[in-house]
Amino acid sequence: MLDSIDMSLVDWSRGQFALTAMFHWIFVPLTLGLSFIVAFMHTIYVRTGDEEWKRITKFWMKLFGINFAIGVATGIILEFEFGTNWSNYSWFVGDIFGAPLAIEGILAFFLESTFIAVMFFGWNKVSKRFHLTASWLTAFGASLSAVWILVANAWMQHPVGTVFNPDMARNEMINFWDVIFSEVAVNKFLHTIGSSFLLASIFVIGVSAYFLLRKKEVLFAKRSTVIASVFGVMAAIGTIATGDTSARIVAREQPMKFAAMEALYEGQTHAPLVAIGAMRTDTTRFPHPREEFIFKIEIPNALSYMVFLTPSGFIPGISDLVYGNEEHNYMSYEERIERGAVAIQTLKELKKAKERGDQVSYEALREKFSDPIWIDQYYQHFGFGYYKGRELRELIPNVKVNFYSFHVMVILGGHFLIFTMLVLWLSLKNRWGNHKWLLWVAMITLPMPWIASQAGWVLAEMGRQPWVVYELMPNITAVTRLKPAAVQITFWIFLLTFTLLFIAEIRIMLSQIKKGPEGE
Amino acid sequence: MFGKLSLLVLQQYWYIIVSLLGSILVFLFFVQGGQTFLFRIGKSESERTILVNALGRKWEFTFTTLVTFGGAFFASFPLFYATSFGGAYWVWMLILFAFVIQAVSYEFRTKASNFLGKRVYENFLFINGLLGTFLVGVAVATFFSGSQFSLNEMNNVSWANGAHGLEAALNPFNLSLGLAVFFLARVLGLLYFMKTIDNDNIIARSKKELIRSALPFVASFLLFAVWLMLRKGFAVNPDTGEVFMEPFKYFHNLMAMPWVLVMFIMGVLAILGGIASGLLSDSGNGIWFAGPGTILVVFSLFMLAGLNDTAFYPSSYDLQSSLTIQNASSTHYTLVAMSWVSLFIPFVLTYVIFAWRALNKKKIDEKEMQEEHHVY
Repeated sequence: MLDSIDMSLVDWSRGQFALTAMFHWIFVPLTLGLSFIVAFMHTIYVRTGDEEWKRITKFWMKLFGINFAIGVATGIILEFEFGTNWSNYSWFVGDIFGAPLAIEGILAFFLESTFIAVMFFGWNKVSKRFHLTASWLTAFGASLSAVWILVANAWMQHPVGTVFNPDMARNEMINFWDVIFSEVAVNKFLHTIGSSFLLASIFVIGVSAYFLLRKKEVLFAKRSTVIASVFGVMAAIGTIATGDTSARIVAREQPMKFAAMEALYEGQTHAPLVAIGAMRTDTTRFPHPREEFIFKIEIPNALSYMVFLTPSGFIPGISDLVYGNEEHNYMSYEERIERGAVAIQTLKELKKAKERGDQVSYEALREKFSDPIWIDQYYQHFGFGYYKGRELRELIPNVKVNFYSFHVMVILGGHFLIFTMLVLWLSLKNRWGNHKWLLWVAMITLPMPWIASQAGWVLAEMGRQPWVVYELMPNITAVTRLKPAAVQITFWIFLLTFTLLFIAEIRIMLSQIKKGPEGE
Repeated sequence: MFGKLSLLVLQQYWYIIVSLLGSILVFLFFVQGGQTFLFRIGKSESERTILVNALGRKWEFTFTTLVTFGGAFFASFPLFYATSFGGAYWVWMLILFAFVIQAVSYEFRTKASNFLGKRVYENFLFINGLLGTFLVGVAVATFFSGSQFSLNEMNNVSWANGAHGLEAALNPFNLSLGLAVFFLARVLGLLYFMKTIDNDNIIARSKKELIRSALPFVASFLLFAVWLMLRKGFAVNPDTGEVFMEPFKYFHNLMAMPWVLVMFIMGVLAILGGIASGLLSDSGNGIWFAGPGTILVVFSLFMLAGLNDTAFYPSSYDLQSSLTIQNASSTHYTLVAMSWVSLFIPFVLTYVIFAWRALNKKKIDEKEMQEEHHVY
């Protein structure tokens, strides 16, 4: 079905996208969360006129600025990379994906970049009120910037509000509101924003703990901690709630991802949830390679209950999805490949009929693409058609990576909730800082939300492989046909550049933190 | 309101918006142009700090305009985005790289423990000023000279050579526009310094540099403009959609659209007037002529490239793969949805100008650099 495709091109292109996206995502969540924390501190300063609050605001604002710059630097690549490395995908989805991107540019990016300048340079130049407004608009601009890219991602995970136009060979939007308010999009936005607020809160608590441990700037550190822990508790609750909804949506819309993240091969009712586990690869069993648990601790019935709110719900395993399960109505991948191939062949014939000028055949074929029954029976499996003659295992995501990412994220999420609640409680009693070991816990916890956040994205993106657009477009057709060497070169250039900038950012951050709010 | 407009009108509307963004982007390249003068004009640390800070309050606008330009192009003409970015891989990657290193340089340059050292960040700014402007000029020139690509039945791009866009930088016609944009950016940068900085040495040196950048700009732009008028262009048969080569196509376009001719002439005169003002008077107002002049000239070039039955992203390798605003655009539905959002543009422009003025009320001088809390 597919002209020869060099898999190393696909791998390097994916690698480059993952590299640039993950670097970008080191900085973005801190920007999203810290902007609101700073705006809140700024508000307290303007309301009370207390100079200490001004120092606090300025200190965190400075860290925000350093982090923001590198977030911008790593972000521009992503916008253009859709075109440079995934050009076929860009065309296939451009009619849907482009609109959010343009809206993002017009509405959000300018808001953010205009008012961030006022926020930094406005202390003595504009009125207090306008200055404070600028801080809030920067924060809203930052979150608004995240809306549209997440809408686009949600659409790729769960395409809605569109139809396929065979003449143009692309998807076309028919309902804008379905695209932006799809359940996946809304939940993804809330989960991402919530987890970013949580990350920033833990950052502020951790940095403040450093000052408390050194018994320097105690008032500054305690006030910062109170604000951050209030934010943190709310964000932790929100993140866990939306995470739970997210799992349910995945179970329904992307059963393969769900099975992979629990390493569930054989479907069952009363499915248990693996709380923790470790696995090794077995290449002798089907579908191979197959991951076997070396050990695991399970919570009985929990998985079925999580999805269906009843233990008798059936959760399909990887085998049910690949080989089919008639009892529970899952079509086998072989069948889906056949049907997808029919859809692709129909598209080709339509193109040929058009070229020949054979209007009758063309009309008949065109009709199929607007017939809901035909769409349901054939077009729905379009992406599978490209796997005719290829190995079935290409359609199974990496189980190990998904399992570990999911569990690391969930376990850390639980830790963050307990941690932020404890900090808030002690802060309100003015006892935060009395126990040295707790301050150390805060310092050790500081980098953890980055691990959880990256793990979340790894799960979201690795779990849906090989699909770029879920079940419609696989990565092998989405990729730009370049020489793998070209992508390798840019991969290494970006790795080197971003690593250097990352080291610079960390060093500058550390030196600013050491300097503290003195002289602010 | 927008829903009743025909697809062609919406395509033209969005081509105009994208062109406007592109034109504003070239005007805002004064930041990039200014960055190439950090060493030539900033002879001491404190002078360089003034220059960096004068530019540093504006770099975000240029950057954001570039990002929005890319986003709007993707949204309205996705086939251009897919074809050009995927095809001319190396050109775009180099442009992006030049902007990646810019974004951190302002913030990191003077910070303690910045790892690479002040000088490296200043060099990053120089590279950004040089590569960013030149390559964008080269890329835009291919709108008239064509690129080496073809599209298959799925509208997927293949590039006909391994250089993936770098070959464009060797074409003398493209080179002339690349150089023109580079020197224009420098001219604008100098005029911006004259407007916003209060420092006698910097003003005097900017004046001296102005003539050195203005002359190569005028020379390369003249070469480009004459060549453009004389060359064959990529015309489209409006009935069949067939693309063919037409002698003097862009000259014909200019004659067929007198409003573009007027804009073009007014723009050129305004740029020349701005340069003359910078050379002859001490008012610092040259930027007010050269800036809008730049927008008018670049905008009229985009109009010549895409309107009046012309292929705006032509393929010299496979004529019929050439992109027109009709075959490369999004659907009527998507363009309508986006058009509603475009109503916000005047509002965005208003607050950008308001914020800009609020921060630029006073000229930048050494005293401010010492007192200011946030200095780059």
